[in-house]
Amino acid sequence: MSKKMHIKLNVNGKDEEFLAEPRELLIYTLRERLNITGPHIGCETSHCGACTVTINGKSVKSCTMFAAQADGAEITTIEGIGTPDALHPLQEAFKEHHGLQCGYCTPGMITRATKLLEENPNPTEEEIRFGMAGNICRCTGYQNIVKSIQAAAAEMNAAKEAAE
Amino acid sequence: MIPAAFEYYRPKDLAGVLSILEEHGDDARVMAGGHSLIPMMKLRMAEVPHLIDLQDVDGLHGIDISNGQIRLGAMVTQAEIIDHEGLAAVAPILREAALQIADPQVRYMGTIGGNVANGDPGNDMPGLMQCVNATFHLIGPEGERSVPARAFYEAAYMTAREDEEVLTAVTLPVPDGGYAYEKQKRKIGDYATAAAAVQIVKEDGVCKAASIAMTNLSDTPVFSEDACAALLGTALDDAAVKAAVTAMLGDIDPSEDNRGPVAFKKHVAGVILRRAIERAWSRA
Repeated sequence: MSKKMHIKLNVNGKDEEFLAEPRELLIYTLRERLNITGPHIGCETSHCGACTVTINGKSVKSCTMFAAQADGAEITTIEGIGTPDALHPLQEAFKEHHGLQCGYCTPGMITRATKLLEENPNPTEEEIRFGMAGNICRCTGYQNIVKSIQAAAAEMNAAKEAAE
Repeated sequence: MIPAAFEYYRPKDLAGVLSILEEHGDDARVMAGGHSLIPMMKLRMAEVPHLIDLQDVDGLHGIDISNGQIRLGAMVTQAEIIDHEGLAAVAPILREAALQIADPQVRYMGTIGGNVANGDPGNDMPGLMQCVNATFHLIGPEGERSVPARAFYEAAYMTAREDEEVLTAVTLPVPDGGYAYEKQKRKIGDYATAAAAVQIVKEDGVCKAASIAMTNLSDTPVFSEDACAALLGTALDDAAVKAAVTAMLGDIDPSEDNRGPVAFKKHVAGVILRRAIERAWSRA
């Protein structure tokens, strides 16, 4: 066993400090150490995107990063995006437009989509499909996921205009 | 999937990296974005007792364009290549290729240095870098040296880089003429069944220069001099394109795998190269 490392993370605005072996993957840190179980383990081989989180402004598959690599980073998971009483527009839109069926891929989908809309607030359908290509859904066939993201984009843009 | 235990290092400078490599030899490996290495460590197909994370190392980041030369630090990510407007203006083939690598999450982490140094025949950047005649810059205990991309690849995962050396940057001349990176893959995120990188210079309707490299059709990328020669001095009529495709097919050596049998791969390689040549010509 290698020596444990002192790792500091900021997850959803909260500072976390712990000792972990370097081989601990970030998804396990989140789920098993910090009890943040929104990011899911799907394929565990960096294909499916169920474990997607935002790290220092980048969408990352947390099954393919060691917690040690993220030392010092700011991380946002689905738990940091909206609350049950005040859903994020993406969460509201996924609910409204049936953007999920079993729900397993949804945290990764929505976390990725927050970043996609930040980079491109008004994406075309093609841009959404391309920008969401790292996330796999095995239920809905993507149609309603794309619709949900389009609806959320429209809602967020309208809210921004109203505020201006 | 949990990798075997290892010691983790995050040095701040290249001297620190080199001293760890010297101390541990074969037992140490550098990691850039980790999206090739970590999956291999999880599968326990790569054993890395001493893992050196390059993310904090000074001097490995950044895209610089000056005097007709482009310099990409080894830690420049595919996403940075895509987002860099200045780079897209002078070398649009880089953006076109990077957009066809993996998926958005992987492109935020995956780096040019990792992609070219890994030596995986499936990686897209090695062939592209041979097409644009890039140079790879290495540093090791003996100092710095540079190796042309066209002389870097020896076999699958075997390159001119010595174990105790680190690839620090990629430089290339600003490419001339029309360009295309064409890639056939089974699904988004897949490696190529066949891919072609093409740059063509057109003058008075005649091909003045051509550069052609193929990906995942041999255990190394294939820069096809004969295919380039077949286009030179022609008006890229059908006979010239056919001759280039035939020449390329003589240079590749694909093997059967889950992307298809050899005959299929050769067929796809021909289709993809023809498309790439035609598109590059239309942009020349």
